[in-house]
Amino acid sequence: MALLTCQDVSFSYEGTPALTGVNFSVEAGSYLCIVGENGAGKSTLIKGLLRLKNPSQGKILMGDGLKAAEIGYLPQQTVAQKDFPASVYEVVLSGRLNRCGFRPFYTKADHLEVKRNLNLLGIEDLQESCYRDLSGGQQQRVLLARALCATQKLLLLDEPVTGLDPLATAELYRVIDRLNQEQGITILMVSHDIGGAVEHADHILHLGHQQLFYGTTQAYCASEMGRHFTGGETKC
Amino acid sequence: MLKTFLTMLSYPFLVRALIVGILVSLCASLLGASLVLKRYSMIGDGLSHVGFAALAVAYAINAAPLSVAIPVCVIAAFFLLRVKESSKIKGDAATALMCSGALAVGVMTVSLTTGMNTDVCNYMFGSILAMSRSDVVLSVILSIAVLILYVFFYNKIFAVTFDEAFSAATGVQTNLYNMVIALLTAITVVLGMRMMGTLLISSLIVFPALTAMRLCRHFKTTILISAVLSVSCFLVGLTISYLGSIPTGACIVVTDIVVFAIFSFLEKIRERM
Repeated sequence: MALLTCQDVSFSYEGTPALTGVNFSVEAGSYLCIVGENGAGKSTLIKGLLRLKNPSQGKILMGDGLKAAEIGYLPQQTVAQKDFPASVYEVVLSGRLNRCGFRPFYTKADHLEVKRNLNLLGIEDLQESCYRDLSGGQQQRVLLARALCATQKLLLLDEPVTGLDPLATAELYRVIDRLNQEQGITILMVSHDIGGAVEHADHILHLGHQQLFYGTTQAYCASEMGRHFTGGETKC
Repeated sequence: MLKTFLTMLSYPFLVRALIVGILVSLCASLLGASLVLKRYSMIGDGLSHVGFAALAVAYAINAAPLSVAIPVCVIAAFFLLRVKESSKIKGDAATALMCSGALAVGVMTVSLTTGMNTDVCNYMFGSILAMSRSDVVLSVILSIAVLILYVFFYNKIFAVTFDEAFSAATGVQTNLYNMVIALLTAITVVLGMRMMGTLLISSLIVFPALTAMRLCRHFKTTILISAVLSVSCFLVGLTISYLGSIPTGACIVVTDIVVFAIFSFLEKIRERM
């Protein structure tokens, strides 16, 4: 069974439909990019996948024993984080909160998992640094490590490369590719960067208040809409 | 110095002020870090004005002051922390409305019942003489409860403060913990405002956290340093107030300002190095 399946899912805000007729399924180990213009319903879909908003219609099914609380989520950064005095270690450790339940403190296993993920992303020497002193690319790596602490299977990334310079963007895509290929972690990425999306993802979901396209990246590039939105780029 | 302090301890009202003051300073500094980082610095001001109105009404109807003020402030705190979600009136505007509205109600109640007298002055600027024995017992119990709850929920409060979206996604009941923060803040503000005064209580929440944030790079050290600063500024302020016969609240705030200036200066030096 697929890791995540949306069956004819619709969302609405106070009766006004925001997104309708979404049908797709994500197999374990795949890399799906969700693209679309502002207000196309991408954020709404993310809320739905995280079970923070109930679909007004249709069903979201999770397979392979995946629970909603075990999706590794990388949200967009908030203003509050800009001057937040927290060490990298503290931030990454907070990713293990979903294992705690009502237990107030972290266990040794939690600390080991943090070390493992810091190593995996090559930021173990930053663990005592203050989060607010890091560059944008480093901050995203820290949040990625935190997301990995919350999941073994599925990462949901909300516009991870927004605001990064080209070098940091390329670096972050490399890190995500590696997690997908070497660790077998399924990637679901919402992105504005359509060039990056077709270059790295194997499936594309294009939204515009409804599902405009879902299929493999090759099919997307060959389609009329894909050619239009990628501006004839030949990366795929 | 030690002699002055021992003389101070020979006055029972000062001992009471000392016990309650230390506990309230601790609670306020712990919560302060979260509130400042979540952009709720003004919540202390809003709540203390509501507390003022509640105290005025409590005196007018002859009810126990804390038993009226605490529930009213808790409701106001829930309202203020939730206002963020409804976008018609923003959080800062709601706080401003609540501040002036509650102050007006309080002043009207006071002038219709007891008239504007020294009691009102005590509400506004604080008085350490206001603490009765039963007040002290209740304050001690409540502030210890706040401290225990804070330690118990520390990791969740950190996560909710740092990133509400992520916490919600990983199954943390963010609304519940925001309500815990609101509840603890409301209790702390009501306990502290008798001593610090309506106009000065928010400094107890804001100053230690902001001062510690100048130099600290970890959340845990920020919390610990702000707790230490909060208690030491309280002690210094209380001593100055005793020596100079100046209102306690004002002395504590001035001490806070001096320490804040020193820390900001040290931060500048460190940036230059």
